[in-house]
Amino acid sequence: MSKIGERSHTTASAVVLIDVTLPPFQAVLDEHRHGVHRYLVAAVGTHDANDCFQETMLAALRAYPTLAHGENLGGWLYTIAHRKVIDAVRARDRRPLPVDVVPEQRFELADLGDGPVWAVLEELPPKQRTAVLLRHAADRPYSEIAEVLECTEAAARQNVRAGLARLREEMRE
Amino acid sequence: MTSVDAATAEFLKRAEKEGLVDVAYTTVDTPVGPIGLAATDTGLVKVALRPDEEDFLGELCANVSPRVLEQPAKLDAVRRQLDEYFDGRRTTFSLPIDWQLSHGFRRMVLEALFSQVHFGEVVSYGELAQRVGHPKASRAVGTAMATNPVPIVVPCHRVLRTGGSIGNYGGGVEMKRQLLTFEGSLLT
Repeated sequence: MSKIGERSHTTASAVVLIDVTLPPFQAVLDEHRHGVHRYLVAAVGTHDANDCFQETMLAALRAYPTLAHGENLGGWLYTIAHRKVIDAVRARDRRPLPVDVVPEQRFELADLGDGPVWAVLEELPPKQRTAVLLRHAADRPYSEIAEVLECTEAAARQNVRAGLARLREEMRE
Repeated sequence: MTSVDAATAEFLKRAEKEGLVDVAYTTVDTPVGPIGLAATDTGLVKVALRPDEEDFLGELCANVSPRVLEQPAKLDAVRRQLDEYFDGRRTTFSLPIDWQLSHGFRRMVLEALFSQVHFGEVVSYGELAQRVGHPKASRAVGTAMATNPVPIVVPCHRVLRTGGSIGNYGGGVEMKRQLLTFEGSLLT
């Protein structure tokens, strides 16, 4: 008779040693730098995007050797980028804006089009905005968006869908 | 320069300044084909004779650090000395070497080879074994040559089979023949 709480499926807990082989950081940089940069430009504007990009890549490079595995490196990297976006937005909110200075144009990336849709993006709830930007500015798969937003893939899909629906609605008005 | 390229260049500069680049690498063209070079802060850590075929970046990731970035400027001195060597203007390399990919006996043999067997000379596996004080270890000397992480600079191409046949080479026997011919050690 087994004791209370004793695990009956000990065979399943056999330790599988996985060889931790990460690709060279250069490969991560080559694969993701354009997407990360597009996401950052769309999220915080060209000026802050350059700073955010450097901060993202430096943070990633610092932490890189401590990663336990090389799966979903995109999700990991975009999570870091997303945090830098939050930091940048907070810093901007704290920064006093002289009244006679026109705020920086935020969404000016040519290949995203410069229609009024980007101005409306700011009206979206943060999760929907991030989901839409990751999906449509950086072209990320839902699995990575889910990792960044710390939600399920289904919820990531729902956030993109709801965000786009809201955008369409705002655009019609 | 596009804005993503500018941001990338700025990132690389800062990474370098903050000491976050554990391994810098580049590829250079030489008369014996393209060659991969990698360095740590200690010195030259890897010369890849067939950078397209061998996974030399993977080896560096696994055995040195995954913080591997393409930084040609950090290998300028190596590139310059290689150019001079292939131009016939240099016979000895004066470069700091990071020996961390070689250990124990193999490393001892390679260090002896580096300091003692000069341009234009050749030795046999057996002679090299003798020089390091292990006259019976010619087979182990052969293994040391086969695992040389920094060929050309550490001249394993100057080590031949006893009796003078050319033996093997990481970059292929033809490359070994080219190098020895170039150094005047082999008649064409």
